[in-house]
Amino acid sequence: MTWHRKHLLDIESLTADEITIVLDTARAFKAVGKRTIKKVPALRGKTVVNLFVEPSTRTRISFELAEQRLSADIINFSTEASSFKKGETLKDTARNLEALNADFIVIRHSASGTPHFLSRVLGAHVINAGDGAHEHPTQALLDAFTIREKKGKIAGLNVTILGDILYSRVARSDIWALTKLGAKVTLCGPSTLVPKTFEQMGCRVTHDVDEAIRDADIINLLRIQHERQRKTMFPSIGEYTQLFGLNKARLARTRPDALIMHPGPINRGVEIDSEIADCARSLILEQVTNGLAVRMAVLFLLNGGKGPQEVA
Amino acid sequence: MPETTVILDAVAIQRALTRIGHEIAERNEVSADVVLVGIPTGGVPLARQLGNILSEIWKQPVPVGTLDVSMHRDDLDQRAAPKIHPTIIPFDVTGKTVVLVDDVLFSGRTIRAAMDALNDFGRPRKIQLAVLVDRGHRELPIKADFVGKNVPTALEEKISLRLAENGEGEVLLERK
Repeated sequence: MTWHRKHLLDIESLTADEITIVLDTARAFKAVGKRTIKKVPALRGKTVVNLFVEPSTRTRISFELAEQRLSADIINFSTEASSFKKGETLKDTARNLEALNADFIVIRHSASGTPHFLSRVLGAHVINAGDGAHEHPTQALLDAFTIREKKGKIAGLNVTILGDILYSRVARSDIWALTKLGAKVTLCGPSTLVPKTFEQMGCRVTHDVDEAIRDADIINLLRIQHERQRKTMFPSIGEYTQLFGLNKARLARTRPDALIMHPGPINRGVEIDSEIADCARSLILEQVTNGLAVRMAVLFLLNGGKGPQEVA
Repeated sequence: MPETTVILDAVAIQRALTRIGHEIAERNEVSADVVLVGIPTGGVPLARQLGNILSEIWKQPVPVGTLDVSMHRDDLDQRAAPKIHPTIIPFDVTGKTVVLVDDVLFSGRTIRAAMDALNDFGRPRKIQLAVLVDRGHRELPIKADFVGKNVPTALEEKISLRLAENGEGEVLLERK
């Protein structure tokens, strides 16, 4: 099984084998991060444009560092200092960047489907770094990587995703990735944010938090995406914390080997108790470390040409 | 109809490795400075076996590592991304004589990549190259220090090595 895709647009269209290739490749890149010289020449001479039309710290820095460690040349592009302010369309901006011979475009945009659109109009490799509430593929890959590394497997595990599912691209990508790899995914949160329609994606939906986390091997917490919610989806933050926040009392009722994940940024005291975020069962910082390795792996794999796999 | 010939059988492989082991010992007087590094996949079991042979000659353990070279290849954007194997070098290579071990020497590009990759781990005093089969067709100015068998081949022929963990195996030449 080899990787033959030109773009990474979503998890939905990937096969379980393809996801596994990324995870296996990422393992090698994680080892590179532990060396004295953390840089390899795999993307030497390639130009990567980081086109972040929606604010991002973690993902942008992670991609940037991944590109640097692969020896690529980088152009960073953010909305504040760009021609978007002058009324240029995304397509024109992207075409201009391509006219400078960019090889990769890493795109973050508030509109779902933007990366797919760019992949149709550009010749460069397109990587989705988060599009609206649709998908955030590299986050799902790093989550899967972290789970597999910690638990030794993914198939058969109970993974509970707790929080704002409706507006979360991380949730969608996670659901695709984890169910494809054989995990049993449970979604939980206020009924306004976790509609039953998500059952169509092959997971279980419940609004009883204690029941949702009781048998979980992994509890993945999501932030309330205020910026995407067009109306108030629940009465108050205080009530959300009381009903769905992960606190010590709730954690005491989970399995002792259940691990806690969060894609960040975390809101301490809202979806997660401050102490829990820092406890030994929390994988939050580990996820950040693994994110770098996964993004290096994605860039490395997409860079491959069409030729045969055989490497003597 | 592809025609397959056995170039080296298990006994011949063993004999070649034993000879290479003695050549390495002859060439390198300070045994404590020599480390072996196998290139995946074929070079890894060979390096391990050479390590055993040298340990017996020198009556002291010889460090053996594994070096993946795929991130340093010069053809990454011309073929599907290679599978990356783990790199395990549990010793400092700086100041050492590193003997790179591979199964087949062909264009020489893998060895160039290996020398680059090795640089990331330190500055060896010397790098030497041991291969089981040299099939010719070099594209770079690279030459092996220790060769099991020289096999003149045509470009379209294929050489494959089957080697089990215990060292049992054979080298095959396939004609299209």
